[in-house]
Amino acid sequence: MTVPHLLSVLVFLPLVGAMFILAVRGSDETAERATRHVALWTTVITFVLSLFVWMHFDSSTADFQFEEKARWLGGAIDYHLGVDGISMLFVILTTFLMPGCILASWTVKHRLKEYMIAFLVLETLMIGVFCSLDLVLFYLFFEGGLIPMFLIIGVWGGQRRVYASFKFFLYTLLGSVLMLLAILFMYWQAGTADIVALLGYAFPREVQPWLWLAFLASFAVKVPMWPVHTWLPDAHVEAPTVGSVILAAILLKMGAYGFIRFSIPMFPAASEMFAPLIFILSVVAIIYASLVALMQQDMKKVIAYSSVAHMGFVTMGLFTLTVQGVEGGLFQMISHGIVSGALFLCVGVVYDRMHTREIAAYGGLVNRMPVYAFTFMLFTMANIGLPGTSGFVGEFLTLMGAFQVNSWVALFATTGIVFSACYGLWLYRRIIFGVLEKESLKSIADMSWREAGMFAPLIVLTVFFGLYPAPLLNVFAISADNLIHHYQASLGVFHAAQVAAVN
Amino acid sequence: MPQSFLVADAVTLLPELILAVGAMAMLMVGVFRVNAAFKTTSSMAIGLFTLVAILVILLDDGKTLTAFNGNFVVDYFARFMKLLTIVASVTSVFISRHYLSAEQIDRFEYPVLIALSTLGMMVMISANGLMVLYLGLEMQSLALYVLAAIDRDRPRAAEAGLKYFVLGALASGLLLYGCSLVYGFTGAMTFEAIAKIIASDGSGIGLLFGLCFIMAGLAFKVSAAPFHMWTPDVYEGAPTPVTAFFAAAPKVAAMALFVRVMVGPFAANMADWRQILVFLSIASMVLGAFAAIGQSNIKRLMAYSSIGHMGYALIGLAAANEQGISAVVLYMTIYVFMTLGVFGCILAMRGRDGMVETISDLSGLARTNAAMAFTLAMLMFSLAGIPVLAGFFAKLYIFSAAIRANLATLAIIGVLASVVSAYYYLRIVKVMYFDDPAEAFEPMAGELKLVIAVSGVFVMGFAVFARPVIEAAQTAAASLL
Repeated sequence: MTVPHLLSVLVFLPLVGAMFILAVRGSDETAERATRHVALWTTVITFVLSLFVWMHFDSSTADFQFEEKARWLGGAIDYHLGVDGISMLFVILTTFLMPGCILASWTVKHRLKEYMIAFLVLETLMIGVFCSLDLVLFYLFFEGGLIPMFLIIGVWGGQRRVYASFKFFLYTLLGSVLMLLAILFMYWQAGTADIVALLGYAFPREVQPWLWLAFLASFAVKVPMWPVHTWLPDAHVEAPTVGSVILAAILLKMGAYGFIRFSIPMFPAASEMFAPLIFILSVVAIIYASLVALMQQDMKKVIAYSSVAHMGFVTMGLFTLTVQGVEGGLFQMISHGIVSGALFLCVGVVYDRMHTREIAAYGGLVNRMPVYAFTFMLFTMANIGLPGTSGFVGEFLTLMGAFQVNSWVALFATTGIVFSACYGLWLYRRIIFGVLEKESLKSIADMSWREAGMFAPLIVLTVFFGLYPAPLLNVFAISADNLIHHYQASLGVFHAAQVAAVN
Repeated sequence: MPQSFLVADAVTLLPELILAVGAMAMLMVGVFRVNAAFKTTSSMAIGLFTLVAILVILLDDGKTLTAFNGNFVVDYFARFMKLLTIVASVTSVFISRHYLSAEQIDRFEYPVLIALSTLGMMVMISANGLMVLYLGLEMQSLALYVLAAIDRDRPRAAEAGLKYFVLGALASGLLLYGCSLVYGFTGAMTFEAIAKIIASDGSGIGLLFGLCFIMAGLAFKVSAAPFHMWTPDVYEGAPTPVTAFFAAAPKVAAMALFVRVMVGPFAANMADWRQILVFLSIASMVLGAFAAIGQSNIKRLMAYSSIGHMGYALIGLAAANEQGISAVVLYMTIYVFMTLGVFGCILAMRGRDGMVETISDLSGLARTNAAMAFTLAMLMFSLAGIPVLAGFFAKLYIFSAAIRANLATLAIIGVLASVVSAYYYLRIVKVMYFDDPAEAFEPMAGELKLVIAVSGVFVMGFAVFARPVIEAAQTAAASLL
């Protein structure tokens, strides 16, 4: 069975769901139930449809598949969608996490309709980012996501939500507008905004560093890389649970996706030139963020800083510009999407019960919540990168890539794994183990079926991909290979030109 | 054959003639009909504007027509901008009916004055000679001075009118002086003739002086910094429907005139006027971004916001290529729809004790009036230039033109200023969505609902129907160059 215009359907289906919710009248119990069910079914159907993409995906070619093209703004700016081995799994990751997110927000009461609409609109924009094959269209989805996320943090967030939402919005916007100018320059330089065409266009060596830096401004904020990561802990801490999940699991991936989709293949000379810079920033992020995570009082902040550290592995892996490094970076992105999302959900489970995220307020939960303790342990281990979990594969591959390029980088990055064990285990020890002596915790209930159902697929995938990563790596393989070959080839052309110029 | 000339000129001029005659008819009706004169004249004005708009569309035969020995020109650019002006004018009359009655300033002169100033704007847009330029400009300005002070019993409105008049007269004087210098040094009145003489004889220092004075006058009319001083006070002091009108229609006309004067007679002096425009543009964007941050009155905030927006539009003019001019046209189109929507919302801010206009009055609007809050929030995001919304496309094409013209520094300053300005637009969204509800507003009038809805649909759906609008803007630019 094939669905015509599959990607367009995937992109806009959540928007249609949002329209349905908009049409729900009243705010009584029935209306609320209808709202939840519409949201859940929309995301489930979107997920099922997205599986068709994976089923019919041909992983023996690096070309874009499921392409759709229509005239849009005129000029050379078109509505152009498509996926390849790099982007396809991020579409799946997005659609896969959304039903779980809706389930996790089943108990939300405050302005429920707007809440669900914001998430569905956000899903449209996120899928759009990974499917866009036109730079302007990409930017549209990339930046458009700011609006729903701003509202999610600001309306349903915690104490300092206003500060966090403004910081998130303005930081990201500041980075992105510079990228917009670079996009416009590329448009006039190459005469097209089509990504497929731009991938084959060689930008002059002199302008590459500038364009690369403009893209860096946007992606570095989004990833986030040290030192522009400071918005992330604030946004994570203040955002509602599901907001944090989406932020960590998908929005952060957009930055790294941008590096691999644009920076590396389109500006190879600049990528080679600036790779050491990325190494330094990544290693600093890994070590510094891990140390900072050790000292946090807030559960969410620990996981937020650990995200910064783990995304450091991703950027390091991508800019080793080796096949292992790129594959490892991609794998780590998917794995981190699942694991960090699950960790934020874990925080959400106890937060829903106790309404505090302070580590000191917990202790000895294993006595009352054995299932929760198991779940939390598994994801803590996966976050540390224990062999047998998906976290291990990605980190191992990125380190392998890094070792080929620069053993010092690999050495320092590896210390990050040790640190992540420190803060991960310590966090686990303080929350789960110890004596259950706090009065308020004595009656805490274990996870409900709804909550367990939310975690089950995440647990399965974390272990499955940890033991058998081939399904993911097979999808990445050809595209990653092609990326590196293309990169080497265009670099070769530049070097040859340089030699010719010297002679 | 002078007679056939006259007939041809009259056909070219037909929309303006109809509007002039109609305005006078409205005046007569207003004078002789004592009861409900405002209702009658405002209905007449809406009908008249619709008629004129239809005429502008019907008389479009795709050709460029001139009248009065080339002093008056009707090309696609002029038609497009006139249509936009009329849309802004008719909306201003439409949304003011409820407000003016409630505030008891429903004088029948109001629609008449709007019609007369719109006539002046249409003449400005079609001006192709120094004389017609000045005629149109003064006609609209004089009507606007009176409009600003139409609520004459309120000291604030009187002050606004007076301030506008004094500063406006000064600007007109500068402009007139510039015109006389240009005439003195070229000996020509029509734009074509001036362009020809500059092309053959070059431009001396005297002509450049004239050019500077003309630009100062025009910058005043579009309220570009540093000629913006009047804007916040007039916006705040004038009755809100008048402010809505000020923010939309005259800006379109003045920008159209600005574009025509720059790329028409002074095309050869591009290098000279570009540096002035770059300065005006940077000053407006930066001032608009920073000065609005501290405002608590939403009308004042919109005044600074409009100064900033004129700065962005001027980037397109500074680029001075075909992309730039079409970007200006597109920018003004989107700007008008956004502005009218925002002022529709401001007019709906009516508490139990009358109109309110501070930002904190919007607190928690998302809870008390979800639809209005949502539309206003989208309008704010659009004004900030956030994607998917119309305002993004406006800025996209402006910056695209700037990059094309190698004005990278200007573009970088522009995008940075847009990030700063995003802060105060976000603040309004924050007040509406994150804060606890204040007192709810009275139910809004039907016509406001309509205007806000149209503007909301335009802003949110622009990505879908962008192409025809963009292509129309490109055709307009092509007809000018």
